[in-house]
Amino acid sequence: MVASANTRLRLETAHLTALFGQHRAVRDVSLLFPANTVTAIIGPSGCGKSTLLRCLNRMHELTAGATVDGEVLLDTVNIYAPDVNPVELRRRIGMVFQRPTPFPTMSIYDNVAAGLKVNGRKPRPELDDAVSRALQQAALWEEVKDRLHTSALDLSGGQQQRLCIARAVAPQPEILLLDEPTASLDPAGTQRIEELCHALKRLYTIVIVTHNMQQAARVSDCTAFMYLGSLIEVGRTDELFTKPKVEQTEAYITGRFG
Amino acid sequence: MTALVVILSFTAVLALVLILGNLIVKGASSIDWAFFTKSPVPAGQSGGGVANAIVGTAIIVGVAALIGVPIGVGAGMYLAEYGSGRLGFLVRFIADVLNGTPSIVVGIVGWTFIVKPTGHFSALAGSVALAILMIPMLARTTEEMVRLVPNSLREAALALGYPRWRTSLKVVARTAMGGIVTGCLVGIARIAGETAPLLFTALGNLNFTVNVNQPMQTLSLQIYVYATGPFDEWHRIAWASALVLMGLVLIISLAARWVTRQRYGSIR
Repeated sequence: MVASANTRLRLETAHLTALFGQHRAVRDVSLLFPANTVTAIIGPSGCGKSTLLRCLNRMHELTAGATVDGEVLLDTVNIYAPDVNPVELRRRIGMVFQRPTPFPTMSIYDNVAAGLKVNGRKPRPELDDAVSRALQQAALWEEVKDRLHTSALDLSGGQQQRLCIARAVAPQPEILLLDEPTASLDPAGTQRIEELCHALKRLYTIVIVTHNMQQAARVSDCTAFMYLGSLIEVGRTDELFTKPKVEQTEAYITGRFG
Repeated sequence: MTALVVILSFTAVLALVLILGNLIVKGASSIDWAFFTKSPVPAGQSGGGVANAIVGTAIIVGVAALIGVPIGVGAGMYLAEYGSGRLGFLVRFIADVLNGTPSIVVGIVGWTFIVKPTGHFSALAGSVALAILMIPMLARTTEEMVRLVPNSLREAALALGYPRWRTSLKVVARTAMGGIVTGCLVGIARIAGETAPLLFTALGNLNFTVNVNQPMQTLSLQIYVYATGPFDEWHRIAWASALVLMGLVLIISLAARWVTRQRYGSIR
């Protein structure tokens, strides 16, 4: 799947280095994220996997002192080119964080509509359609359709995280970035998110960061293993987990370190 | 140790109880309907009320809030969201110095810059003086409240493609709104009882007026004049006015509590 000829290339990093001041958190990473696949980034804590993810939608540079070297190509356009507006770029790339982050002052409906409204006013019926479609994609519609205008904080943690996925997919982004999306969820909530990854890859190119190797094995088509900021190995998930080529990878997936 | 803490806190509460009790004993008997609806009568006569001072307090404090709230809250938003640089440090420092400025100095500033150039005392000058007192208070409380908003919410909004200013306004400010409104109400309660800044600006007025270009009475000025006057009748009215002013401040403080509890669940 990685290199099949008819796979449209979506996202690619080229010699990407991410810095916090002088510290290089991500070192010279070149990585392909093929369209309509789920790519997992695994590695021990502090290996730079979340930082790499945050470089893909230019969230990294929002931290004081954080800079980026190298390129990230979205459909062959470098998103770090001077004429690319990072605010507009982020509307094309959805992101879901470790902890659910529903906007506390907004209803369920308004949370999902938040990313749609930012592009300018839309007629109500159009908004209604988009909200229900996004909630259906996030497998949350059946649970909330009768209380769309109640507070998003009344939902459970797992529901809140699916709400955040609905909010991220509502503007129909091209890429979906998931930063340890199940870190704060119970097993049932985790399973639902993983099922969603499978369902959503038909529509989006998904990059998921996880420290849970079983999760990476379950949800992803490709897996990249990072260690100390460097990309150690990348390959088809089934191959990487059964026949790793690099010794460090094997040591990590067999639980000998990390 | 526990006993000491209990005694100390009891002493703190006792001060309020003594003040309120004293005011009620000496002032409550003078409060009737006329007290709220009539203006003062000439010295020596009995009857009359402090309607002019109540309306004056509302107008002067209201105008001060109209001037002070936007500037104070805006400055606080700036400090919390963008104020990490040199300018932020400067603004924060100035706000702290202003916060510690004696209020009578602020009154003199109002006199110098408004009363003297315009040639007459006015309610507007009083409002400006009170607003100057209010702005640094609001700036710092707003900053504190906005800083309580978790950074993850800012990031979530930015990741959706919100511009920075829109993130501040639509997500951060709305989440901190309960705390900001509370801060504003506490600030208003603070300035409602101020006397010193008004002595050189609003001056006081024994007649009923709603013209902000004229000298105007407030409850605090009324208390100052009547309590230091020679007539028993005046002393009686001063006590009652003090009770009304205290009640007003209490109501505003309770409203601040109520806003914190009821309206916005998220922060504080």
